[in-house]
Amino acid sequence: MVESLLEVKNLSMHYDTLDGNVDAVKDISFTVKSGESFGLVGESGCGKTSVAMTLLQLQPDNSVITEGSIKLDGKELIGLSENELRKVRWDSVSIVFQGAMNAWNPVVKIGEQIREAMREHYPENSKQQNINKINELFKMVGLDESISERFPHELSGGMKQRAVIALALSCDPKLIIADEPTTALDVVIQDQILNEIKKVQDLLGLSLIYISHDIAVIAEMTDKIAVMYAGSIVEIGPTQEVFKSPKHSYTRALLDSTPSIRGEKKKLRSLDGEPPSLINKIDGCSFSPRCPTPTTQCKNQSIEMRLVKVGDDHFADQCCSGCVKNE
Amino acid sequence: MNKNILEVRNLVKHFEVSKSVFSRNKKIVKAVDGISFDIKAGETLGLVGQSGCGKTTTARSLCLLDPKTSGSVNFFNPDSKNMESIDNIDEDGIRIFRRNMQMIFQDPYESLNPRWTIKDIIKEPLDIHNIGSLSEREDAIVEILRTVGLTPPENYLSRYPHEISGGQRQRVSIARTLVMKPKFVVCDEPTSMLDVSIRISIMDLMLNLAKELEVSYLYITHDLAVARYMCNRIAVMFNGKIVEIGETEELLQNPVHPYTKRLISSIPIPDPTYKRERYKVNFDELDNIISKNPNEKMVDIGGGHLVATHDTKDFLIES
Repeated sequence: MVESLLEVKNLSMHYDTLDGNVDAVKDISFTVKSGESFGLVGESGCGKTSVAMTLLQLQPDNSVITEGSIKLDGKELIGLSENELRKVRWDSVSIVFQGAMNAWNPVVKIGEQIREAMREHYPENSKQQNINKINELFKMVGLDESISERFPHELSGGMKQRAVIALALSCDPKLIIADEPTTALDVVIQDQILNEIKKVQDLLGLSLIYISHDIAVIAEMTDKIAVMYAGSIVEIGPTQEVFKSPKHSYTRALLDSTPSIRGEKKKLRSLDGEPPSLINKIDGCSFSPRCPTPTTQCKNQSIEMRLVKVGDDHFADQCCSGCVKNE
Repeated sequence: MNKNILEVRNLVKHFEVSKSVFSRNKKIVKAVDGISFDIKAGETLGLVGQSGCGKTTTARSLCLLDPKTSGSVNFFNPDSKNMESIDNIDEDGIRIFRRNMQMIFQDPYESLNPRWTIKDIIKEPLDIHNIGSLSEREDAIVEILRTVGLTPPENYLSRYPHEISGGQRQRVSIARTLVMKPKFVVCDEPTSMLDVSIRISIMDLMLNLAKELEVSYLYITHDLAVARYMCNRIAVMFNGKIVEIGETEELLQNPVHPYTKRLISSIPIPDPTYKRERYKVNFDELDNIISKNPNEKMVDIGGGHLVATHDTKDFLIES
């Protein structure tokens, strides 16, 4: 039995805004084992990135964690001081942000920017040691050593994103959070980056949390997925199982709206309506207004959101788990 | 058999770039380098390729937003019912042409004037082309809003772009385009900024409108899965050239050109049990071979499936 590296329990977080509280993360629990890839999928605004930020305790100042715990390697992260957190970030967890390739400092060479992080975490290393390590990392992600001496504007988007991955790996983390790392890239570059992430992950035995709205990418990258809707996880389980027999009608809708180049060309179904505003308190099932196959119990909104077991290690929200009919 | 609505022959668009303002050595970037294709009435042709391959430049040249370097473009003029060249077109000609050829842009956040109401935005082209009386224009706006699914239209007329969602904005872009009743619309990645669930409804809307209003599309995208859903035919573009063109299913099932194979094999499949094989291509080598044979011909391998001919054995390994 592999031990859980990351254990998130009943995590809830809201943003305090002038218009009221925005419940971005609602009672979320999941675990990531070492070496496992965990996918987080959902529409924009469903709280994926908020979860990622909260995991690293990088959430903005107006956010309030109302309850829950985040345990990394058995150590509670919520409530740690900034100094203690600095040790955890990069050493244990690092993150590849959405559009991270645009986060490079334009006037500092790539190699120096990576060394800056390494100096912080490994003050005892000599410069040469750091350079050697960077060269090794570059080789892993398919970059030439000479890239260290280049400025960000000299690199293409794909190269910058590879360098970001090298940067994320520079302090030997056990867990990498990749938040839409390929969104701004075209398909061929995306494919190369995905390949690189997978290779590195296997090589170093890392755990991965992969966040995306693209269910096809999630299908290829992950062992286990959680589908998020309006701040809650509505379905969670092994990727193959969830794709084979989705139990929540939102998962079903996501699968039905994804075009594929394999198999019969099928009529895709769109999901009408918009996700609910997270400012208003939602009673009952948050998906019921958009659900294509609602039952009477969803409509009267009496039933509470709660995950129930629907298969081996496979859980879905109790309301919608009854709505889906799989052909 | 439908008639052609657009015929493009050897379209070339080169950009001159110089390293510094004072440098005499001008470099030429061959953004579009001699491409030819036809689009039939009511047909959707997909133009697929990586970023920087010249897709958008092609679109801009076709719409006369950028002057082309050379080549010829013939467009069906519904008034005279003839194919007419738009190469040396005068002001009046451009006006007629623009009424029939419109463009939908990628980013619905940037392509709508934030200070105008939805009504102003959709009315502008009608005003410019002086179509109908004022009341007829109002009716046309209400009708087109209904057609693109923004109902009831009264709720949207006086709103501003920031008050509506991304999907609704893209519907407004489509409404603005189609209110002119064009024959041909160039769509530059119209759904790539939208969420998955909304994307399909916009694509379905465009497909339905194509049938209803008999519009042809040139649909630009880098995602073959989207192209498969939208297009009757697909043209694959690499470094300014079309390397393969054919009926959608034929091209996807029997790709011939290594670049097409590479592109197809890089599309993630939404099925976790499927193990995707990556087809490997050395892009530098491919680019070399293509630039060494500037005048190569497209060969028909059956059923209108055209492939650029060059020796394809040498660049099968990706660098």
